[in-house]
Amino acid sequence: MHMPDGLINAPVSIGAAVIAAGAITVGLKKSKGTLDSQTAPLAGLVAVFIFAFQMMNFPVAAGTSGHLMGGALASILVGPYVAILVMTVVVSLQALVFADGGLSALGLNLLNMGIVSIVVSALLFAGLMKLLPKTRTSIIGVSATVAVISVLASAGAFVFEYSLGGNATYNIASVLISVMGVHVLIGIGEAIITGLTIGAILATRADLVYGARKFLPAHNLLIKESVVA
Amino acid sequence: MAGFFSFYSSSQPDGLEKATAEQGLDVTAIDSANADSALADYGVAGIENQRLSGFLGGAIGIAVVGIAGTGIYFWVRTPKSGDIK
Repeated sequence: MHMPDGLINAPVSIGAAVIAAGAITVGLKKSKGTLDSQTAPLAGLVAVFIFAFQMMNFPVAAGTSGHLMGGALASILVGPYVAILVMTVVVSLQALVFADGGLSALGLNLLNMGIVSIVVSALLFAGLMKLLPKTRTSIIGVSATVAVISVLASAGAFVFEYSLGGNATYNIASVLISVMGVHVLIGIGEAIITGLTIGAILATRADLVYGARKFLPAHNLLIKESVVA
Repeated sequence: MAGFFSFYSSSQPDGLEKATAEQGLDVTAIDSANADSALADYGVAGIENQRLSGFLGGAIGIAVVGIAGTGIYFWVRTPKSGDIK
């Protein structure tokens, strides 16, 4: 999903960088001091986890591969504002240190893999959880669903950006079909990894999952109270 | 861990590369200005053994992201009640 330089023209790349910078500023402001001493270490760990998983490409269909993007996972684990910081660290270091994703395309990559994916994930997660029973099973199911949609949203954002400033000759309808088709498969991989990870953390330390804290507070509060008493 | 798993990583082009190549969009793509840097593509320049190179690149990456992640930790954590803001 990392876009190289030269794919999309300068004005659209700069526009994306400006939007990304604005979103990162909001993320920095809103996330300052929001996690307590128990959950704050998770922010750094999620960055490392997503970076590590992004290096592992799983094969999808014939002759292509995909990797975890992690926007949905980060958003559900640490909340959307902290997730913006996490994805910014991951995607920026990939471009700056490992030449994965172009430097002039960094704004576009931050926008697609970070901000678009996180915003879509956070809104969809909150919306679906409103409708569903507040159980562990629904949280895992919703996480997996949100993961698929977040990948399609990132892919859709790419197609939109390409339609604004693509440098090659193209037919936008066939670009859309080609990009979305392969990302449906990658989205399924994303859903499996996201669902399994959220499930594993819910089973052991549900209190660490930002998206679950509101819904599964009972036993966690009880433990804290008894410790205090 | 990432170094270990990178052995099993698929070397096929990823979804976006594949789709853009299929549509002929990749003709305008250019290498990143730092594509020749010592750690480009998660390898370490000068190490011939692909596995070792990927392993070290992955490990360095984890360390770098870990350091940056620690920065996030200090940013987002609530100051203790006694701390001066």
